[in-house]
Amino acid sequence: MIEIRNITKVFGAGEHAVTALQEINVNIAENEFFTLLGPSGCGKTTLLRLIAGFEHPSTGSMLLAGEDISLLPPNKRPVNTVFQNYALFPHMTVAGNIAFGLEMLGRPKAEVAETVDRMLRLVRMEELKNRQTSEISGGQQQRVALARALAPQPKVLLLDEPLSALDLKLRKEMQIELKRLQSETGITFVFVTHDQEEALTMSDRIAVMNAGRIHQIGSPRQIYDHPENRFVANFIGDSNFLNAKLGNIKDDQAELEFAAGRKVTVPLHRADLSDGEVSVLIRPEHVSIAEPTGNSHELTGVIENIVYFGTDTHYHLKLASGEAFMARLQNNPSEAEKRAAGDKVAVLMDAKAIQILRD
Amino acid sequence: MADFSLFSRRFDVKRVPGFASVALGVFVMLYMPVILLVVYSFNKGTNLAFWEGFSLRWYVQAYHNEAVQEAAFRSLYLALIAATLATTAATMAALATTRTKKFRGQMLIYTLINQPLMVPEIVTAVALLIFFAMIKVATGHTGMIYLIVAHTAFCIPFAYLPIRARLESMDLTLETAAADLYASPWMTFRRVTLPLMWPGIVAGLMLAFVVSLDDVVITEFVKSAGQETLPTFMLGQLRRVVTPEVNAISTVLMAVSVIFVAMFFVLTGRKN
Amino acid sequence: MTVQADPVTVDKAVEIERDARRRDVRMRWLLSAPALTIITLFAAGPLLIVLVYSFLTPGNYGNVKWIFSIDAWTNVVVQRDIFDNTLQWADAHLSIFWRSLKLSIVTTILTAIFGIPTAYFIATRSAKTRNLWLFLITIPFWTNLLVRTIAVQELIRTEGVINNVLRMLHIIDTPIQMMFTDFAIGFGMTYVYLPLMVLPVYASIEKLDFRLVEAGYDLYASRWTCFRRIILPLVKPGMIAGSILVFVPSLGAYVTPRVLGGGKNLMFGNLIELQFGQGRNWPLGAALSISLMVLVMVALIYYTRISSGGDKQNG
Repeated sequence: MIEIRNITKVFGAGEHAVTALQEINVNIAENEFFTLLGPSGCGKTTLLRLIAGFEHPSTGSMLLAGEDISLLPPNKRPVNTVFQNYALFPHMTVAGNIAFGLEMLGRPKAEVAETVDRMLRLVRMEELKNRQTSEISGGQQQRVALARALAPQPKVLLLDEPLSALDLKLRKEMQIELKRLQSETGITFVFVTHDQEEALTMSDRIAVMNAGRIHQIGSPRQIYDHPENRFVANFIGDSNFLNAKLGNIKDDQAELEFAAGRKVTVPLHRADLSDGEVSVLIRPEHVSIAEPTGNSHELTGVIENIVYFGTDTHYHLKLASGEAFMARLQNNPSEAEKRAAGDKVAVLMDAKAIQILRD
Repeated sequence: MADFSLFSRRFDVKRVPGFASVALGVFVMLYMPVILLVVYSFNKGTNLAFWEGFSLRWYVQAYHNEAVQEAAFRSLYLALIAATLATTAATMAALATTRTKKFRGQMLIYTLINQPLMVPEIVTAVALLIFFAMIKVATGHTGMIYLIVAHTAFCIPFAYLPIRARLESMDLTLETAAADLYASPWMTFRRVTLPLMWPGIVAGLMLAFVVSLDDVVITEFVKSAGQETLPTFMLGQLRRVVTPEVNAISTVLMAVSVIFVAMFFVLTGRKN
Repeated sequence: MTVQADPVTVDKAVEIERDARRRDVRMRWLLSAPALTIITLFAAGPLLIVLVYSFLTPGNYGNVKWIFSIDAWTNVVVQRDIFDNTLQWADAHLSIFWRSLKLSIVTTILTAIFGIPTAYFIATRSAKTRNLWLFLITIPFWTNLLVRTIAVQELIRTEGVINNVLRMLHIIDTPIQMMFTDFAIGFGMTYVYLPLMVLPVYASIEKLDFRLVEAGYDLYASRWTCFRRIILPLVKPGMIAGSILVFVPSLGAYVTPRVLGGGKNLMFGNLIELQFGQGRNWPLGAALSISLMVLVMVALIYYTRISSGGDKQNG
């Protein structure tokens, strides 16, 4: 549906030039819920604005359904946006807002009226049709913004952090609502967020961005379980990073020796690895701790701090190598706390829990 | 925070002793002369000092005074034309100078538009007197055009300020949203920008109208013979015997100002 | 996905953007053109003609003769004795300058003394009533200056309200002469320019964070110390703005001194007018106008200097 080829976006010129996007390549499929995830200033909103046509690329091209749209103005693109602050027209009613795009496209009056009613039903706002936009709640404004952007039946719907202004409960509701709307309308959604949980729960695929580059594109599961680098691992979920030495690569297996002592054989997910120093990722919830057995191959450490979280408990350890390590263990009502700060413990984990990073 | 009464003795960080009394005194002092002026405009007697009973005779007299009628009519149509021209020019200038990256010459435009506010009115009046005297000698034409252009010029900054303030408080994404919804630049302006900036334009128009209606100094210097406006007519009257007729005209002028200020407050106070 | 798009080059993109920007700026100048033209022709431009006229010779019946002369400028401060042809200080002018300066300063101080507490009072009202008080101070601001001056005249005339009341109460037998004095002008200007002091001071007090005052009390300051040491320094920018807004029009005042000062107690503005009326000395009037404008410019520049200096302290 959308093909983004080698797009770079530079703001300003000369010494004040700022590169907002660098060599972006993405293909977004038809009917996909695609999320751009990253910290603020990573370029995700710029990329969205490029797709909408509010900005034009410095280099590269953008194809929509096979047609180059790089230089088309926003009012000529079959793409609509749900803005972060909704940007509802304050001098029009709810219905007036939804009808706006259709009127601009010159659709006949009867069709406009019919579509507005259908959209109001779609977002469940029938009874607020003639209200002023200032008289409705934030959640309702959100729905009107969605209806307004969906009414002209765009090929792609762009959503710029649309849920960030809502409170937690409403946000959860709208997440489900958005998924429903997407499957009912069959429109491609491109969703921008900095909230990793939102991205993981809603998306078909996620592009993780930082500093103007895309670091990884993949399904939520791929991104979480097999992050390609330290940034992606760090941005999504909690992470332990340990230094290790990789050796004896054979087919899809290799031997890994931790700086903290232990040696294990691990499965390899990637082919671009070679012998030498590497960083590995271990998710805190993928390990458990036990009494040390005295085995020299064990990963051991001292508990520095125990933090109770209700559902689980975090154990902050200092490993024998001096590296910090965090283990997250689910709490069990039948089990009383048996460890205290200062205890020496061993870290247990499955070899599959170890993920070798590219940097 | 609890509302506290004017002279509450409870501790309040905001209270400074004596300030409330001074302020109330100021308000009394500010309104007493004006109220007296209004009251005496309804006085039956000729004497300005003693109350001799309610009467509308000074209003009737002013109304039938041909000089007053003529001056009032001239004031009104001068203010109407000047305010309309000034507001049109100011609206265009406000659109040009707001909501943009700084561009070369922007400061020059600001300074020039606000220039009439920076120079004492008497100096501008003298300058126009000299300038128009040259033109009048050269062309022999002595019409209302001189007053109209002079009023338009000094009304522009007054019309410009509320329009610019309105534009700057407007959300730029609204126009982006319109473009996203297939509106051409012209349709975006007609359907979104213009309706949203409308209260600012009306406020600017009213301000310019009041300023033109109230002007004394520039009008006094620019007018040709027989081009009295209400304020210059009154100023001329003051040289002679003061009658309550002047009070009556003042009261009407004041009422117009109050109505306009009230409307201005309503228009600019309401946020979106 | 069959159409092969031409890759956009950096140069082309930069060029497109620069073109768009250039077109945008040209459009903005075009839109500003009517306002700029009107103001240049009918407000700013004629000031240059005034400058030219100040170097010409007065005509016999007003207007000028096109003969270069600096007499107008020397006449601003000195005059030639008609009998022995010596130069003397133009006492009449100097006393008028002095009156203008004195009355403008007095007016500024008086409006500050009455205006600051009033602004403070309005700013500390609850949100609901505040707008009403603000409205009450704005009405006089937009009411015809001449009308307000007439109202003051009614009050202080020989047969005016004050004298009548005092006589009815048998406090005085003969009316007090208040009209046509410096007092009348000072009183009148304080009255008409007071809102110009209140509004900017109000704007800065309204922004004041009263937790700072609470902190002052917490640190053992008395009410007055709090006002002097905490509130006053923080609202100083508003006070400076208010002072300039009062001082500048006071210096160039024309209507109020004309009505309340009569023919003898002239101020700068009236002196200028005189040269275009009975005086028939346009070049002198022009020179005086330029002098007044320069004085006002100096005041404005001084104001921007100290107000930007204040910003540096705060920021």
